[in-house]
Amino acid sequence: MDFLNSIILLTNFIIVPGITYGSQLALGAIGVTLIYGVLRFANFAYGDLMAFGTMIVILVTWFLQSKGITFGLLPTALLALPVGILLTIAVSLFFDKTVFEYYRNKKSDPVTFIVVSLGIMFVLNAVVRIIIGPNDINFMDGHKFIMKAREFKQMTGLNEGLALKSTQVITLITTIITCSILFYFLNKTKTGKSMRAYSNNEDLALLSGIDPKKIVLLTWIIVSILATVAGTLYGLDKSFKPFTYFNNLLPIFAATIVGGIGNPLGAFYGGFLIAFSEIGLTYAYKKFFKYIMPETLEPSTLIQFISTDYKFAISFAILIVVLIFRPNGIFKGKVI
Amino acid sequence: MIKNSDFKICFSVMTILTILVGLFQSWGIALSMLNLCLISAVMAMGVNIQWGFAGLINFGVMGFLAIGGLATVLISVPPVPEAWSAGGIGILISGLFLFSVVFSVLIINKRLPNHKYKNYFIFLIIILSIPLLKFIAGPSISRIESINAATSGFLGGANLPIIFSWFVGAILCALVAFVVGKVCLGLRSDYLAISTLLVSGIIITIVKHEEWLSRGVKNVIGLKRPVPYEVDLQNSEWFIKLVEFLNSSKLSNVLDFDERASFLNQLVISSSGVFVKLCFSLIFLAVVLIILYFSEKALNSPWGRMMRAIRDNEEAAKAMGKNVVKQHLFIFMLGSAIIGFAGAMLVTYDGLFTPSSYQPLRYTFLIWVMVLLGGTGNNYGAILGGFVVWFIWIQSAPFALLVINILTSHLDETNYIKEHLLNSVPYFRYLMMGLGLLLVMRYRPKGLLPEKIIKN
Repeated sequence: MDFLNSIILLTNFIIVPGITYGSQLALGAIGVTLIYGVLRFANFAYGDLMAFGTMIVILVTWFLQSKGITFGLLPTALLALPVGILLTIAVSLFFDKTVFEYYRNKKSDPVTFIVVSLGIMFVLNAVVRIIIGPNDINFMDGHKFIMKAREFKQMTGLNEGLALKSTQVITLITTIITCSILFYFLNKTKTGKSMRAYSNNEDLALLSGIDPKKIVLLTWIIVSILATVAGTLYGLDKSFKPFTYFNNLLPIFAATIVGGIGNPLGAFYGGFLIAFSEIGLTYAYKKFFKYIMPETLEPSTLIQFISTDYKFAISFAILIVVLIFRPNGIFKGKVI
Repeated sequence: MIKNSDFKICFSVMTILTILVGLFQSWGIALSMLNLCLISAVMAMGVNIQWGFAGLINFGVMGFLAIGGLATVLISVPPVPEAWSAGGIGILISGLFLFSVVFSVLIINKRLPNHKYKNYFIFLIIILSIPLLKFIAGPSISRIESINAATSGFLGGANLPIIFSWFVGAILCALVAFVVGKVCLGLRSDYLAISTLLVSGIIITIVKHEEWLSRGVKNVIGLKRPVPYEVDLQNSEWFIKLVEFLNSSKLSNVLDFDERASFLNQLVISSSGVFVKLCFSLIFLAVVLIILYFSEKALNSPWGRMMRAIRDNEEAAKAMGKNVVKQHLFIFMLGSAIIGFAGAMLVTYDGLFTPSSYQPLRYTFLIWVMVLLGGTGNNYGAILGGFVVWFIWIQSAPFALLVINILTSHLDETNYIKEHLLNSVPYFRYLMMGLGLLLVMRYRPKGLLPEKIIKN
């Protein structure tokens, strides 16, 4: 019984939140890595692109709610998602046409691209704050819990409860769907393969008759979809605040580099690695050990590796360790 | 130096902007803007030394500014004896422990250069040392933080004049930059950008949450000043005489004795604020000029030539026998030290240390906009960038307000869109920054004052 209790405890506090947060990071990191792989720069405006997409979703959600349309048990935001995706694609393509294309044609160095993406970051930051304001917004509606901790306890008779929020399940399912489509596309379809070829060796791809304009267009479309989906899922699970989205860029970058920059599968695993280390290392295991240890050996301290204040710092530290020992990332980077 | 046209442009822009704001708004606002412009100029020069001279991309500006700020706390605040007696020894022991961990890692790294398990061994030591450190320091930290938690709850500082802290901040930053540089400088430009950004995130987290050191989110207020306080000025005879002398024509118009006294009193109060800011301006201006002087000297010296050579063609410089790694590390430390100096100046000017206010947008990327907009590789450009960008940053809200009012003048006062726009006026500054950066990068990629190519 105690053993089961301890397992449930870990599932409730580490595994479920870890999978949710990991999925959100993974979706974001795949977007960053795709931009890096195909367009060859680190896009600092990505966090704000996520915020922009989520903002559109929220606005459409509000509109739908005011018309009395809801999505039953599911959050209305899922209905609004396509509109958000479309507008985010439009914004990405707009910035690509007005800003990035010029530097791509000039073959500028990566640093120039980073600087330009900083400019776009400022602009998007302003646009989001001007339109929707800097405050916390909760736009989750529909059914909140699939299983409450109390219900679980009554059902199983265990001491520990397992709470399952519907947003967590939605996040997981959406991530599975999005990632399977994406990896199928990249690995099996001709367009996907040409995208990988372009990322791998631009000149050779050009020689084989791959149209770079099409590849760039496609990349922005995929990236915008990923950004909007990741942003919306994060917002549903926690809440929407422009500043948080900007800050999330940092663990996303960490996940990207840890997984090997330019490698989507690596970014996927990187997201989960970062999420689980953030949650696993800051969790206080006192209760867990209480269950599995004999009573005489009960711990007196919290058994916490590092305090929760340092949650973000963990992902950065992992990144730095990876950079020192395996600069190309855990999975070999720079090939998509 | 005076003959230089950039110098003239730079400082005439600065004077004109200050005078304009002084005439149209108020001299107090003008001087506080000037002071922040001067501090920004120092920051921009620090970044320019790294990016403009050596091509090193440092997105960790925020972290170094915070370290500079921390230095003001550690130097100028009076120590808290109760906290020292409660947990000082514990902190010292854990400091020793940390030192020994670092030392042993270095020894292992040096003694076992090619051992198969070297990296795992180092990793293990670091992983084990974190919980141990917590175990050693934890009790003393909680004892320190529980002493007068509302007013102190930290160890305090050394109670020295705050000017010292500027130099200490610079030295601390150079030391941190040494460690960061050892780890990160070997990376390619974009990796370096990301990793320095993340390192600055770690620094901010530490400053924010180690309350025994910096009071963390509880902030340190009422820091010392290198200039007199307003209240002291208002009570000192020479200052009242000075104000009376400067405003003698205005005062002579008021005939009634009582009215005249109260008018003088008002003048003294308002001009004491301006006087304090003016003192700050003079100190900051001196700092800017000194750093500018040395920076220009360095840029035109053989060393500066070598740095530019390394920046423009690393391989060729290496082939000519220049130690690129060492020079990069040195210039990274130098630039970071200047940034730390500016960070300490900023906290001194504000008179308070608020770790939670350090955000990358304001303290890293804005400084970068200053450098890129002003002119990479040109010290005058960095100063000009500091001025122009800070001016836009401060003045874009009133400007946006004006534009919105004109554009929506036909709308009703209670119109939803108008109200919403008026509420979001502060965020137009981000828009201005972004557009400014994009336009400059497109049409003047070298910045407003491009680097001068010096031909011998």
